[in-house]
Amino acid sequence: MQLIPCPWCGPREEAEFHYGGQAHVAYPEDPSALTDEEWAQYVFFRENPSGPFAERWSHSAGCRRWFNAVRDTRSHDLLAVYRAGEPMPEVLS
Amino acid sequence: MTFRTPTGGTIDRNTLLHFTFNGRKLTGHPGDTLASALLANGVHEVGSSVKLGRPRGIVAAGSEDPTSLVQVEEPFPEPMLLATTVELFDGLVARGLAGQGRLAPEPDPARYDAKHEHCDVLVVGAGPAGLAAALTAARSGARVVLVDEQNQAGGALLGVDEYLDDRPSAAWVADVLAELRSTAGVLVLERTTAFGMYQDGFVLALQKRTDHLGFAAPAGVARQRVWRIRTRQIVLATGAHERPVVFAGNDRPGIMLASSARTFLHRYGVLPGSRAVVFTTNDSAYCAAIDLAESGVDVPMIVDARPEAPARLATECAARGIEVRAGHVVIGTEGAGRVTDAHVAPLDGVAGHCDTVVCDTVLVSGGWNPVVNLFSQARGKLRYDAELGAFVPGEELETVRVAGSATGELDLTACVRQGRNAGASAAISAGFTPRGQMPLPVSDSRCTSRSGLVLWRVPGDDDASFVDLQRDATVADVLRATGAGLRSLEHIKRYTTIGTAHDQGKTSGMIAAGIVAEALGVELADQRPTTFRPPYTAVSFAALAGRDRGELHDPVRVTAIHPWHVAHGALFEDVGQWKRPWYYPQAGEDLHTAVLRECKATRESVGMMDGSTLGKIDVQGRDAGKFLDMLYTNMMSTLKVGRIRYGVMCGVDGMVIDDGTVIRVGEERYLVTTTTGNAAKILDWMEEWLQTEWPHLDVHCTSVTEHWATIPLVGPKSRDVLAAVAPDLDVSNEAFEFMTWHDTHVAGVPARVCRISFSGELAYEINVTAWHGLAVWEALMAAGEQYGITPYGTETMHVLRAEKGYPIIGQETDATVTPQDLGMSWAVSKKKPDFIGKRSFARAENNRTDRKQLVGLLPVDPSVLLPEGSQIVETDRLPEPPVRMLGHVTSSYPSAALGRTFALALVRSGHERIGETLYVPVEDSLVPVTVTESVLYDKEGARRDG
Repeated sequence: MQLIPCPWCGPREEAEFHYGGQAHVAYPEDPSALTDEEWAQYVFFRENPSGPFAERWSHSAGCRRWFNAVRDTRSHDLLAVYRAGEPMPEVLS
Repeated sequence: MTFRTPTGGTIDRNTLLHFTFNGRKLTGHPGDTLASALLANGVHEVGSSVKLGRPRGIVAAGSEDPTSLVQVEEPFPEPMLLATTVELFDGLVARGLAGQGRLAPEPDPARYDAKHEHCDVLVVGAGPAGLAAALTAARSGARVVLVDEQNQAGGALLGVDEYLDDRPSAAWVADVLAELRSTAGVLVLERTTAFGMYQDGFVLALQKRTDHLGFAAPAGVARQRVWRIRTRQIVLATGAHERPVVFAGNDRPGIMLASSARTFLHRYGVLPGSRAVVFTTNDSAYCAAIDLAESGVDVPMIVDARPEAPARLATECAARGIEVRAGHVVIGTEGAGRVTDAHVAPLDGVAGHCDTVVCDTVLVSGGWNPVVNLFSQARGKLRYDAELGAFVPGEELETVRVAGSATGELDLTACVRQGRNAGASAAISAGFTPRGQMPLPVSDSRCTSRSGLVLWRVPGDDDASFVDLQRDATVADVLRATGAGLRSLEHIKRYTTIGTAHDQGKTSGMIAAGIVAEALGVELADQRPTTFRPPYTAVSFAALAGRDRGELHDPVRVTAIHPWHVAHGALFEDVGQWKRPWYYPQAGEDLHTAVLRECKATRESVGMMDGSTLGKIDVQGRDAGKFLDMLYTNMMSTLKVGRIRYGVMCGVDGMVIDDGTVIRVGEERYLVTTTTGNAAKILDWMEEWLQTEWPHLDVHCTSVTEHWATIPLVGPKSRDVLAAVAPDLDVSNEAFEFMTWHDTHVAGVPARVCRISFSGELAYEINVTAWHGLAVWEALMAAGEQYGITPYGTETMHVLRAEKGYPIIGQETDATVTPQDLGMSWAVSKKKPDFIGKRSFARAENNRTDRKQLVGLLPVDPSVLLPEGSQIVETDRLPEPPVRMLGHVTSSYPSAALGRTFALALVRSGHERIGETLYVPVEDSLVPVTVTESVLYDKEGARRDG
């Protein structure tokens, strides 16, 4: 079982965490100003890269905080974790 | 006749163990496995093969054995065990299997558990390399765990009678073990198989703690334990398995791996037979031949596939009267059951030239396969070593080191050196400094470590040449696969099933890969080996479940009033982890009659239910109203303190995810209720938005579900009952309006009473602290007695709400249903600039007129109850498939109030179809139904105020 380094609690087993999909997909400022297609992009479309991927995690069975992580989808290695609101760190893939 | 040697082995010859195999009463000794005891009694035939029913014997001495599957019948039935890994105990009853066992029909009384262990260095395998690694790491001060699947340390040394430093190798092993055991922070676990390697140093190991004790296993001690080990560094010293050579008739009992025969001799004092032909491609089998010959086995011939036999060993053989046939192979065997003859011919296949050698045993050695299973599980890349004819670890991993014959190294001293180095570097990586280097032992082994000839199979009858003896898969099957165009080993494995039995191809996988490469004319170096996956050896579900069974499988949540429900005969329904009263049958009642009674009593007088499981979230903060405005489709910030509003929540896609009431407790405080099953999910949903999108909002959410006992008091007489127990409360309709709440005392305890109705009747929801829940419930029962107050369960609740067309989230909805589909446009704010889901309501897809919409269905025959989930079609006769489905029945009940059956359904263009007749296929008939509005009872809402 993988260890996920919660930025608040330190490394904990992955079973304590809940996955939240791609990070940095902000809720649109004014949804009503968007076309159907733009809105659909927000609601339905997410990246699916082979390689580093910034995604959201929640330490749901721990501190219950949401945070972000950059995970290499090929190896599941977590290249970086950072708190919600912080910019995505530079990582080498 | 006994095949037990007069001396030798680590068995206790002074103690006799009685056991029964295939109905025969036999004896053995402590220290025996079932396999060694069977062989000592001359029993080679254990079971039969799964497809062809051919007799199957004992091929290996350990967990790599492909054939000796048995079912233990006593002390407790357990299928699919290997005779080679079942330790003998007194009273054991077992039988051979034909490839499949039978699970015990009764519950297993044994206990299984799990233990967490943290260490710096985990060493897997207590053979020479593993012992050296563990000792080196231990001397550095690292916390070391050493696991080994056998009941004693030593690994390959257990199967030989060789000397280390002029002492029996067992003495060397004992010294190392003694030092390990006396070193603080070292844990040595025997009978413990590391079966799974996962990320970040997580390793699962199964320890068999009392299996070997049989009937004498102490009660209260877990029979097996799963060790959940988290380690910084890992040393794999998992050894190597001898590889057979495939030839025609290679599956007969009596045909065994040469090193395994040597193990049976030296460890158990058992001879494999009376007359053994040895067939080899390398030097190691010569040692087996010489050892067996010296122990009294007639060894007429060593058949060596290599063009030249090793001179020194051949001389030793000649001195013992063993003929060595170089450049020869075994091309076939005879025997109705056990092997009786071996056919020997030159490898280069000179036609017609063939000798038949009478024998009862054929010992085979085709070289050695490093045990790379765990390394591969750890995602280590494998490399084909052409000299060994095997896959070996092909890269260095950051936290996993491999030492000993698992690397392909065959020389004992070199294996110990590797172990020592691996232990040292693992310790260094874990932050320790190695101290006191252990000396390398000097071996007296007469077998050189030279690799032999790589030979996968001897050409011959492909249909009788078995690659996987357990799966009955032959060379012909492999060639059929390649002939059918399969090239990938993964595909061929699945097509032929080779390597998919209990042994996971420990002896067959490499050979299959070799035969495939030959057949395809490709290099094995270019072939990708099949992926090794956990578990390394079979692990029972009981062990994996551990203590998490029965009541401990999943938490059971009960309300404060639960004991009353139990005492009054309620049947329970599981809602999430909650036990909720389903209905309260009286004598002679079934579900339908009980529910009709409960419904009638509630609609005509007064009923009461336990609603404590309803999710409750306390939402506080300056921005609480603003926050709830974003979550709910309707406006919550305008709700006045003291009032209650029903609300619907949607996802960003506009689909309903939950509903419930919102109570405004104070200017900056709301109490939100959720459906029972969604309480945790909705709290998570709130936290997600607060933390990731709107951290600037001053809002805090807390689950208070279990703080409150909640009792809906429902029916025209509910006001009278409440008045009797709440003397401080003015219960009149004017003073206590619908959708308002009051804090008061009920039955003498502080209570919050809400006027909410989920049935259309006059109703109150009484909330008290959970501590008082049972007392208040009993007081209400007493106060309602004169009105025939009737407790009701979830089934009646469902009927009452369905009669009013109130949807249940998850029953009427399935993540494709909008509030508009439910006919709840009234609950969707048009004033709010935005809320979650709003933008999606404007999507074209959500405005199609043929969306599935919630309607009522009345079967034309009022006695017909439609099965929930039934499809709905347009015509009274089914057309040719595909038949267009209009939707499905979501809820269906008989109704006391309507005097007939009714249903709710999601139907395409449902709102436009009101009045139409549609059809519901039920078994072989099409049931006509009339589409109605979803509200079927008290459409004008006249009953709400009593």
